[in-house]
Amino acid sequence: MRHLRFFTFLILLLPVCFACQKSKSGITVAGSTSVQPFAELLAEEYMTCHPETRIYVQGGGSSAGIEAVRTHAAQIGMSSRSLTGEERCLNAVTIAKDAIAVIVHPDNPVRDLSLEQVRQIFAGKEKSWHEVNGKRDPFVLVTREEGSGTREAFQKLVMGEKEMSMECLVQDSNGAIRQVVASDPRAIGYISLGLVDASVRAVNISGVEPNTKNIGNGSYTLVRPFLFVFSCEPVGPDQAFLKFVLSPSGQALLCREGLVSVTPAKQQL
Amino acid sequence: MEKKEKYIEKALLVIALSSISALALIAFFIFKEGLPLIWKVGVYDFILGDRWVPSKSEFGIFAMIVGSFWVTLGSLLLGVPLGLACAIFLSEWTPAWAAVILRPTIQLLAAIPSVIFGFWGLIVLVPLVRNYLGGPGLSILSGSLILGFMILPTIISISEDALKALPPAYKAGALALGATHWQAIWRVMVPAARSGIVASIILGMGRAVGETMAMIMILGNAVKLPDSFLDSARTLTTNIGIEMAYASGDHRQALFATGIILFFIIMALNSTAIVLSRRRVR
Repeated sequence: MRHLRFFTFLILLLPVCFACQKSKSGITVAGSTSVQPFAELLAEEYMTCHPETRIYVQGGGSSAGIEAVRTHAAQIGMSSRSLTGEERCLNAVTIAKDAIAVIVHPDNPVRDLSLEQVRQIFAGKEKSWHEVNGKRDPFVLVTREEGSGTREAFQKLVMGEKEMSMECLVQDSNGAIRQVVASDPRAIGYISLGLVDASVRAVNISGVEPNTKNIGNGSYTLVRPFLFVFSCEPVGPDQAFLKFVLSPSGQALLCREGLVSVTPAKQQL
Repeated sequence: MEKKEKYIEKALLVIALSSISALALIAFFIFKEGLPLIWKVGVYDFILGDRWVPSKSEFGIFAMIVGSFWVTLGSLLLGVPLGLACAIFLSEWTPAWAAVILRPTIQLLAAIPSVIFGFWGLIVLVPLVRNYLGGPGLSILSGSLILGFMILPTIISISEDALKALPPAYKAGALALGATHWQAIWRVMVPAARSGIVASIILGMGRAVGETMAMIMILGNAVKLPDSFLDSARTLTTNIGIEMAYASGDHRQALFATGIILFFIIMALNSTAIVLSRRRVR
């Protein structure tokens, strides 16, 4: 009986130990699934140099990440959209810029679309690829679900006031959209430029190819900020991690993955 | 000694109640979160509105109710004939060696996680539908086919039990009157086991209505009233599953409200199944 009690006590103690360990120098980073893969890379890199810090990267979406920072469930929130409304009282730092690429199947002959054409296509006004110098096939539109940061950015940057067609197929991640577009020659979708691979092709927008150079000089306009959100001025390990992210090596890592670095002058720190 | 028995009895009662309390808690929270939005939008507009644009505060789930309906109907069209045939074969004709193979296989079918069904459907079935029948491939037809297979185990096992529970005199009597084996099955046994078979179909329907993961992957999730079986659709469950991650405020409440409607549909289906299966053969 004694032993049993002792063991029970030990088992009850376990989570406490873990909790203590975690609170020592753990950073929880939560939010946008678009930023998540990049934050994971940064965290990995950072932890190899600073083994005393543990960084936990979680998804959940931009809104959830910002909410987590507000309630102090996470130290750093990731957001792929600008802060709105009462969120503005939080401290947001742009860590990089990401372009949204309009993607089609590699076999699709269409290589160039104007912004207006993309808008008309996703609004459901144009029905056939033939109308934009493609084959005589109907469009298969693929979009993200309501609430996604990528969708919000696309709505703002491309659609403006126009509403997206109800015919759109809806997928719940960048990867799922890429999968659908990669398997259907008639499909058109949009994903983060960093996630475009050989299975799909990003079309030029009005002759401007989506690449780092054109994003940097501002000619490619489908660009949105990737933000780290803090509840106040970052201190301690949070600040150290942010410093690393904005440092040349951190930015170089992001550039290698297809993002565009922010110039030091534009930082809000 | 008697005192100890009492304690055990009480302890078991508490444990039993706690499992039900989980249901009560879930129901309570769904209603607490969802009902305010339904009042705000209006019951009529919420259920019969066909525009779902949360960013513009338009919450109408009619397209999803219709989507759920068609997908479920499609799955029953495939699942019921197959399942019933399988149940009859298993209870009447199966030689020993076949039963050894068939029963575990059907149990295995029930044990395959839905995400595997979904993945298989996405990689194999969807391209087939797209290439040979047209449309985006991510469609009600693909979804119904996959769901049809997913509800098979439910239909087979419950129908088989119903057929086996019949008094032997039914079959013997039919055969004695000169009926062939098939006539005895089709004219006497299946009608006599009707309530159990219908219950199995309704439980299968419940499974079909509730399936989420595989449907997110296969249906395409477009929010519109489908025109044909080759069109993409969204069901009530996939609506919650796909938008849950980013939803906040009214949008989140609207997803809970979708859950309320789903709750009522499932409850109606299950109650019907219970009532029917109680009406055993007299």
